[in-house]
Amino acid sequence: MTHQPTSSHFKENAHEALRDAPLQKALVHVRSNFIQKRAEAAQRLPEFEALRDSARDIKNHTLKHLDLYLEAYEAKVRELGGEVHYAATAKQGLDIILDICRKRGAKTVTKGKSMIAEEIGLNDALEAAGIEAVETDLGEYIIQLRGEAPSHIIAPAVHVNKDEVENEFRRAHLHLPKDRDLSEPAQLLGEARGVLRDKFLNADIGITGANFLIAETGTSIIVTNEGNGDLTQILPKVHIVIASLEKITPTLADAAQLLRVLARSATGQDMSVYTTLSTGPRRPGDPDGPEEYHVVLLDNGRSSMLGGEFEDMLRCIRCGACMNHCPVYHAVGGHAYGWVYPGPMGAVLTPTLIGVKEGGQLPNASTFCGRCEEVCPVRIPLPGMMRHWREREFERHLSPTTVRAGLAFWAFFAKRPTLYRLATSFGMRALHLIGRAKGRFSFLPLARGWTRYRDLPAPQGATFQSQWRAKSRPVA
Amino acid sequence: MTDAIRDPIRVGLFVTCLVDLFRPSVGFAAVKLLEDAGCRVVAPSQTCCGQPAYNSGDRGTTKELARQVIAAFDGCDYVVAPSGSCAGMLAKHYPELFADEPEWTAKARAFSAKCYELVSFLVDVLGVSRVSARFDGLVTYHDSCSGLRELGVQRQPRKLLASVEGLELVEMKSPDVCCGFGGTFAVKYGELSDAIVAQKTANIAASGAPTLLAGDLGCLMNMAGKLQREGKKVAARHVAEILAGMTDEPAIGEPKTEARK
Repeated sequence: MTHQPTSSHFKENAHEALRDAPLQKALVHVRSNFIQKRAEAAQRLPEFEALRDSARDIKNHTLKHLDLYLEAYEAKVRELGGEVHYAATAKQGLDIILDICRKRGAKTVTKGKSMIAEEIGLNDALEAAGIEAVETDLGEYIIQLRGEAPSHIIAPAVHVNKDEVENEFRRAHLHLPKDRDLSEPAQLLGEARGVLRDKFLNADIGITGANFLIAETGTSIIVTNEGNGDLTQILPKVHIVIASLEKITPTLADAAQLLRVLARSATGQDMSVYTTLSTGPRRPGDPDGPEEYHVVLLDNGRSSMLGGEFEDMLRCIRCGACMNHCPVYHAVGGHAYGWVYPGPMGAVLTPTLIGVKEGGQLPNASTFCGRCEEVCPVRIPLPGMMRHWREREFERHLSPTTVRAGLAFWAFFAKRPTLYRLATSFGMRALHLIGRAKGRFSFLPLARGWTRYRDLPAPQGATFQSQWRAKSRPVA
Repeated sequence: MTDAIRDPIRVGLFVTCLVDLFRPSVGFAAVKLLEDAGCRVVAPSQTCCGQPAYNSGDRGTTKELARQVIAAFDGCDYVVAPSGSCAGMLAKHYPELFADEPEWTAKARAFSAKCYELVSFLVDVLGVSRVSARFDGLVTYHDSCSGLRELGVQRQPRKLLASVEGLELVEMKSPDVCCGFGGTFAVKYGELSDAIVAQKTANIAASGAPTLLAGDLGCLMNMAGKLQREGKKVAARHVAEILAGMTDEPAIGEPKTEARK
C-alpha cells in the first residue's frame, strides 16, 4: 500500500495513536518481547560486540567502494543469465516492474515481504495495472486485507491484535465455513496457509526483496521465518528482486558475518528460520527455479547520501532493533510516523527520501535517549543524525517560529553571564515566593507546555550562584 | 589523591542551569561530596552548557556557549557536573561540535578529557568507595539516559548508595528506560512525553519505594511533576543529596513545612 506521507502531522498522528485502545494493547508486547529476546541472544554470544564492529566495517567498506561492487554484482548476475535494471526513482522502479509483468502477460503476482516495494508503492501500481498482488508474509497479508501500511519493518502487523485478525479473515475468506473455530493463533495461521497455497501455485510472477545482494556470486539472499519467500521466488516462472543499492555485499563470507547480527538484533533468534539464496534463473538440470530472474536496483535518493552527513544511515540492515527499543515508538507505534519507515531509522531516513519539509518532525520527536544507537547492530549514530536534521531544519528556517523565538530569548541571556545571574536571581526568588506554599505549580502561564501534563517544582529561592557569591566562595 | 604534600585537586563545579535555578541544594551537596573527598571546589561564573541549542539544531549559539564554558573553566584540573546530561554534553559533544575548526577541536578535546559526571568522578577518578551518610528507608534509582549511555554511569551511584546507613535500594522495572524528559522534547512533544513518563511513574510506584533518586535534575523534575500530578506519594531527590547526607530541604516540588506556619 502506498499512502501519501503524513509525517508532517506526526504530532496529530501521535495524539490519535495514544487514544487508540487496540493499538495501545498491541504495543504492550512490543515493549517487552523484542527487548528481552535481543538481550538474551546478545548475551549468549561472547563475540557479539566484536561482530557489531565487524558488521559496521563491512558496510563502511562496501559503501566506500559501492561503484565497484555494483559493477561486479551486475556482471555476475548477467553471467548467470539474469537481468539487472537500475531505477533512479520510485517511478522508474515501478515502470520496470510493470513492463516485465506486461511482457509476461501476468495476472497474479505473489510477493515476499519487501520494504522497498512499500517505498515505491508497488501494490497500488500493480492493482492499477489490473494485476492482482498477493502479499504472502502473514503480517503483510493481514495488513493488505486491512488496507494498511506496515507499522514495523520486520513485524508489519505488530499493531494488530489476534481478535482483529480473526475478524479480518472472516470478512475476507467468505468461501470458508462460517462456524469454523479461529480462536487459536495456529488456526489463523493454518487458514492463511491454505488460502495462500493456491496463490503460490497460480502466480505468474514472484516478487521479493533482498537482505543482501552478493557481488561475488550474483546471489540475492532473503531471510524469513515463514518460508513464504521461498515459494514466492521458486514457483512462478519469473522472479523479480527489488532492492535498494546499499544491499550490495561483497562476498558470501561478509553476508554470513552480517547474518550473525541480523536475526539476533531483530527477533533474538540466532538465525531466522529460512535463509534463502537465489542465484540467477533455473539452469539446465535444476529441479526448480524461475525461467527469468530480474533484479531491480533502486536508488531513490540513496546515492546522494554517499559521502555526506547521512552516509552512515546506508549501513542499516533493517533489523528493527532501534524501533523495538525506542520509547517514542513504544508509545505511538509505527503508523504515527506517517510514511514507510518508522522509529529511529525512519526518523533519519524519511527526510532523506521525502524531504525535510515533509519529514522534518520525525527527527525532532526524539528524547535522544540513545537506546537505538546502543542496540544498532551496525552502530549507526542515530541520535547524532537526527540532530543533523534538526540543524538543517534550523539553518533553513523550517523550525517553528515559537521554538526559534524561545531559543533566541534564552540564548540572549545565556551568552551574558552577568546579566543572566542578575535576571535569574531575581526571577527565581519571585517564583519561589509565589510557589513556596505548595512547593510546586500546577499551572504557570509561561510554562503551560510543562504544567499541562505535570507539576513544576517551585525554585528553592536564591540561585546557587548568588548563594555561592554571597558566601564569598571561590569563582576562579 | 588526598596526599597532604600535593596541592588539592582543583575542581570546577559546573552546577548546571537547572540546579542553579531550581535546586541549589544539589549544588551544595555536590560541593560537600567533592570537598569531603579532598578537592578544592571553585564555581566559575556560568550559564548553560548549550545543550538546548545543540539539540534544537542551533549550532552557532551552541558553539558560542561552549567557548564561554571552556574559557570559564580554564584553570581547573577537572570539571564536574551533578548531571549526566550536561556532563555528557561537555565530555562527548564539545569535540564533535568543533570538528570543523581544527584549533578549537584540540581545545575542546583537552577540555572534554577533564569533564565528569559527579558520582562517577567520585568513584572512578577519586576512588571513593563509601560515604558517611544516613538515610532511613527504601529508595529506587532511575538511570538517566545520557549518564548511562554516554558516560557509563550505572554501578557508581549504586555502589555509593550501598554505603549509606539505613538505606535499602529496590530496583524498579526497566530503570534504564527513558523517562520522556528529553529537554525541550518535554514541552515540544508534551503529550508524548507525558505518555512516556506515565510508564515510568507506574514502574516507580510498583517498586514500592517511597523515595525516587536519580542523577539528573531534568529527569527528576519530570518524574516528580508527573508523580505529583498523579497523586502518587513518592518523594524525588537528586542522588547527591542522599550521598552528602543533606536532606533537610524538602523533596522536589514539596513545600517547606515551616513555610506553612
